[in-house]
Amino acid sequence: MLTFKGGVHPPQLKDWTKEKPIEKMPLPQKVYVFLLNHAGSPSKALVSPGDEVKTGQIIGEPDGFISAYLHSPVTGKVIEIKKILHPVAGKPVEAVVIERTSDDEWVGLETGDFERMSEEEILDVIKKAGIVGLGGAMFPTHVKLSPPPEKKIDTLIINGAECEPVLTIDHRLMLEKAEDILQGILIMMKVLGVQKAVVGVESNKMDAYNHLKKVFKGHPVDVALLKTKYPQGAEKQLIYAITGRKVPRGGLPMDVGVVVQNVGTCVAVKEAVVDGKPLVERGMTVSGDAVRDPKNLIVRIGTPVKDVLEYCGGIDEYTERVILGGPMMGISITSLDTPVMKGTSGITAFLPKKPQPQKPCIRCSECVQVCPMNLQPYLLYLLSTKRRYDEAVENGLMDCIECGSCTYTCPSKIEHVRYIKLAKTVYRATRRGRK
Amino acid sequence: MKLTSAYAPHLRENDDVRKVMIDVLIALSPAVAGAAYFFGWYALLLCVSGALLGELFDIFVMRYLRGIKDFVPDGSGAVTGLLLAMNVSTRLPFWAFLVGLVFALGLGKHAFGGLGQNVFNPALVGRAFLLISFPTYMTTWVVPGAGFLKSPADVMTAATPLALFKEHGVIISYWDLFIGNVGGSLGETSALLLLVGFLYLLLRKRVKIFIPISYIGTVFLFSSIAYLVNPRFGDPLFHLLSGGLMLGALFMATDMVTSPITAKGQLIFGVGCGVLTMAIRLFGAYPEGVSFSILFMNALVPLIDRYTRPRIFGEVKE
Repeated sequence: MLTFKGGVHPPQLKDWTKEKPIEKMPLPQKVYVFLLNHAGSPSKALVSPGDEVKTGQIIGEPDGFISAYLHSPVTGKVIEIKKILHPVAGKPVEAVVIERTSDDEWVGLETGDFERMSEEEILDVIKKAGIVGLGGAMFPTHVKLSPPPEKKIDTLIINGAECEPVLTIDHRLMLEKAEDILQGILIMMKVLGVQKAVVGVESNKMDAYNHLKKVFKGHPVDVALLKTKYPQGAEKQLIYAITGRKVPRGGLPMDVGVVVQNVGTCVAVKEAVVDGKPLVERGMTVSGDAVRDPKNLIVRIGTPVKDVLEYCGGIDEYTERVILGGPMMGISITSLDTPVMKGTSGITAFLPKKPQPQKPCIRCSECVQVCPMNLQPYLLYLLSTKRRYDEAVENGLMDCIECGSCTYTCPSKIEHVRYIKLAKTVYRATRRGRK
Repeated sequence: MKLTSAYAPHLRENDDVRKVMIDVLIALSPAVAGAAYFFGWYALLLCVSGALLGELFDIFVMRYLRGIKDFVPDGSGAVTGLLLAMNVSTRLPFWAFLVGLVFALGLGKHAFGGLGQNVFNPALVGRAFLLISFPTYMTTWVVPGAGFLKSPADVMTAATPLALFKEHGVIISYWDLFIGNVGGSLGETSALLLLVGFLYLLLRKRVKIFIPISYIGTVFLFSSIAYLVNPRFGDPLFHLLSGGLMLGALFMATDMVTSPITAKGQLIFGVGCGVLTMAIRLFGAYPEGVSFSILFMNALVPLIDRYTRPRIFGEVKE
């Protein structure tokens, strides 16, 4: 079985939802659509309060190279555009607030038969559909699919590892929408001009692995069985496990001829290019020991977390933590009014756990052994707290993928990742100042 | 509902420093039992009180001297106290042991900033201090098997196998050396019981094998060469089983805080300890060199760590 060096084995906690078929959540009454629903710069709003909008209608356009289109997730009326706390950016960002007035009246994308369309035409549909990486990073997909000509891409890798505990949406998509995934892959292979695509699936999803193998028969798409280990789905680790290639320090997958996409993104690409449907909804897992009725759901972008949790039977009154995403890399939120974004792969709610006070580092070297990037997290933590940022950078601060394996395993309960993230932010800011 | 804002990851392994320390204490217990059997009740008293008083001293320093009111005991003081007890002679008076304990924890550990901050193994700092301050007590050894319940005044004294050999060329039976039926510090004499404890730590994944392997391997290699050159230096098996080598290589040199981080660094560290131990044993004034070689190598750890930094994923060889 394919894998990488390092990593941890957290409890999987997937039994709550892995047998549950994906449901469509009823349409929300009100949506809050961030203008920053992707990596890069926020899109420019094309609507103003009072405007009537239809489902799929463009309400924001890209502002800059790395940016994306934004569509109305419901049919209704724009009430206001206001700043609300953006959980990823960590600061208030403008969001379009739309009140639903009726059922969906769709505005579709102009598209055709992808086998007859040119690469540019397909790319344009993907761009117009506002598709971003649905694995969580929200990097605009059309940018990823148009690497500079000097970077020769030969392999498309699809991330079906889903190594985060709790989350099962990718698992369900692979079981329920394998044909869509296949079509999405074939479309992207055509755009990239590659002959080979590989879907990586962890060994804890043998049913999905076998199902994909069956569906992909006769197509140039392979399925690779990966060891169940966290963070098996991290881009560089996935590429290494499947191709044996190491993305150079500070480099991108395209430097080793690879483009990586998530299975959810494949479905979104198929729906856009084949069905003309822009990205207004996404699949996610709603789970955790505090959720009464955990589910796999299709949810409209902009739906408040509160509505999603209510649809899942609500959460325990003693709930301590609500997380956007999975427990290893997800972001905790303190307001349930926070809306679902294009990169929200799940909502995890946990009951209180016994607090574990931080102890001094005893140099047990666990963090060094588990780091998939071969860094020394204990040292990065130490240098960061002492504000010796330059030294931290020399020791690989910027190479950290923030997977949290070090923090997970630390017997002293040191929050390495927290300090590393902070140090990265400070370093980036001061470096900009120095130039 | 009050939601907490917290940083990822939101899951943690169910493990902590205290569990690590408790495992070390469990691993040392066979050798403690051996010490009680070979050297009598006073040996057991030193071990038990060393662990208890060590932990109490730690709590006292943290809560009252450093003012951390909600300090939770972590067991590291107990480990240091027990290891110090295992490193002294049964002839050491209790008051002297107490002085050593305070010195070990106070200067060996808390003066550097407490748990995890110390450069030198605190128990060895304590032992070195006792050896210099009370050389007579520390190098007078009792004959083992003198009885489980005899008072220290009644037992007979003798030299350690290493001293006997160095001064008189006498070799003790390997079987006695292996099970620990010889003179020496409380916990160092039985290779068998120390190995049993170390095996437990290995199975619990609390320790890596690199330091013991390279340390013991180096001693074996070094003493083999020396033996071939001149049998007067003693054969390799004798060097492996006598003195504090097993205790040092299995439990003292492997202290996480004062040894290198990476496997490569740990191998270098072990080789260094081995070379120094043999150099002191063969050419030095002391019959034994384990504790001083480990202390010396402790000082080199930052340097070793710096030059054995692992290559970052995707980093190109220069």
